[in-house]
Amino acid sequence: MSTISVIEGSMAVAQAVKVCRPGVIAAYPISPQTHIVEFLSQFVADNEMDTKYVRVDAEFSAASAVYGSSATGVRSYTASSSQGLLLMSEVLYAMAGTRLPVVLTGVNRTVSAPITIQPDHQDTMALRDTGLIQLHVESSQEAYATHVQAFKLAEDHDILLPVMVCMDGWILTHSFEPVKLEDQEKVDEFLPPFVPKYRLDTKNPLTYGAYADDEVPEFRLMMHFAQDRAKEKIKKIAREYEAKFGDYFGGLIDTYRCDDAEIIMVAMGSVIGTLKDAVDKLRKENIKVGVLKVRSYRPFPGEEILSAVKGAKMVAVLDKSLSVGQGGPLATDVKAAFASKQAPPVLGCIAGMGGRDMSMTLIREIIEKSQKAIATGETPDTEYIALKRQYLE
Amino acid sequence: MVLAERENLLAAGHRACPGCGAAIALRQILRALGRDTIVVSATGCVETFTSPYGMSAWEVPWIHSLFENSASVASGVQAALEFLQEKSSVVVISGDGGTFDIGMGAMSGMFERKQNITYICYDNEAYMNTGVQGSSATPYGSSTTTTPAGRASFGKIQHKKDMPAIALAHDVDYVATASIAYPQDLMKKVAKTKEIYGPKYIQVHTPCTIGWGFDSSKTIEIGKLAVETGLVPIYEVEKGKPMVVKKVKNKKPVMEYLKFQNRYRHLLKGEQKDIADQIQAICDKNIERFGI
Repeated sequence: MSTISVIEGSMAVAQAVKVCRPGVIAAYPISPQTHIVEFLSQFVADNEMDTKYVRVDAEFSAASAVYGSSATGVRSYTASSSQGLLLMSEVLYAMAGTRLPVVLTGVNRTVSAPITIQPDHQDTMALRDTGLIQLHVESSQEAYATHVQAFKLAEDHDILLPVMVCMDGWILTHSFEPVKLEDQEKVDEFLPPFVPKYRLDTKNPLTYGAYADDEVPEFRLMMHFAQDRAKEKIKKIAREYEAKFGDYFGGLIDTYRCDDAEIIMVAMGSVIGTLKDAVDKLRKENIKVGVLKVRSYRPFPGEEILSAVKGAKMVAVLDKSLSVGQGGPLATDVKAAFASKQAPPVLGCIAGMGGRDMSMTLIREIIEKSQKAIATGETPDTEYIALKRQYLE
Repeated sequence: MVLAERENLLAAGHRACPGCGAAIALRQILRALGRDTIVVSATGCVETFTSPYGMSAWEVPWIHSLFENSASVASGVQAALEFLQEKSSVVVISGDGGTFDIGMGAMSGMFERKQNITYICYDNEAYMNTGVQGSSATPYGSSTTTTPAGRASFGKIQHKKDMPAIALAHDVDYVATASIAYPQDLMKKVAKTKEIYGPKYIQVHTPCTIGWGFDSSKTIEIGKLAVETGLVPIYEVEKGKPMVVKKVKNKKPVMEYLKFQNRYRHLLKGEQKDIADQIQAICDKNIERFGI
């Protein structure tokens, strides 16, 4: 029997990781990831998990240790945020390139400078091109489910890539919500033990991390092919999870009241819940809006997004980060996916950076800007929402 | 001494330079370790010359990922083996750049965690793989491409970092220095690590023909001279036991060592001659301190 507990988002992740039975966890503390690794440490200390917990000297070492343990054929997990994720970044490129199916939680927090511990997506955006699969979650329950799904996805021999489950720091990690926790036996049925395709083994000596001069383009392309294959797998695993546990949070994307919507807001992460509430309110005012959740940021589901929004008059893409010198990364990807296709115009909206609250007022501002663009037929490239002008002077 | 392996576990045909000290070290180390060993290496000469894709020279499982993380990768490998209840030896073989400089934090972390890992540093005293740039293992007075000798420079101003002392400060179970010029001693020390549970550190002096500038037939000779002059002390510290130092009966003046190497050529004449005297003073201090 599953149980429902009112727990912190961090505890939901820790509970999910626990039932996935990783053999090795290595982590280094950073806010707001800390509670996850504290809970996991306690599980190990209480013998509730048969796991080797490697307490390391830096995030760089955390990623490196799970690199080593995964290559030794053991299910491995780590978590970090912000500066910690950036410190890991060199290892994450190598980890994806070596096709090691590590699962990590990317607890989203902005990146210095200025330093703050507030959430936005600047950190995981910086890891966009690593080769990691990036799944973004909306709620603690989805975080729970997505971690269980992530191990199954990463370890699939057709995929063999690290999977990062991204969740907004504080907003999700430190909020208490009712979360349904699944039975160990049922999870074991859904997620069998990790069977490595290759591993470090003295009975079959293999070389990992060879020096390559001529083979680089093909190796990188093979990662790209694996991400392409992951598109179907992500959808399939989400449905398998639904069949087993009754919960479904979308495959590559999820939509809310999009069918007849004139304005569709596209976003990722915890803001989706707020946007759904906003849609319900706006619908009562006869404003036809909908929400599209991008659940898989890498692989990027361009075709699925286009197919879900093609009847709309305006697509407003919310970015909680800024690619300085370009604009919102999610909006940029959506625009690239729509280029030279029959598609609605795309209004890039930068909002919620540095943890700035995504309020109803702010969402109204996005809708008004979208309405104005529809009315005038002129869509600005990027709008900056709820700026405090005094700081710009 | 009974060697764990009679065969050479570093296959012939690798891409090391002729006379490479590090390649000699690898052969000796692997003989002592045997086949039940997983090796982790940092980026560097060894990684480059042993692992061209599809042409690996390693007859034992080997993993490399980056420059600064071999100790941390080894930590993960060791944790995984513990989880699997397997007992293969986990051994890091990384260069001085990956050990003294960029990977020191990771190594310190591994030592502090008291994991059952042997860390072997092949010390060729500079960044040879990238073209002989100075590292913190580069000795005083040595000319490298980033500590070049010149009209206003006598080469590296700073002294070599005392990495074995740093390892000892972590209260690790075994610390030793060795040289490829003394293969029996090196292999004995490597073999000993298999009997000791916990972190171990061995620093192997591996002359580099290209970086130091000597004839490729002289690698062993140069390695011997480094020890016979007292510049490179050879010792071991097993936890709870007194330090054992390799004694040298007829010590040679350091000039005997310096004069064969282009990296010290600038010290042989003229106004920088007094730097050679200071290097002799380092040898004298070592001889006294270690009882060589």
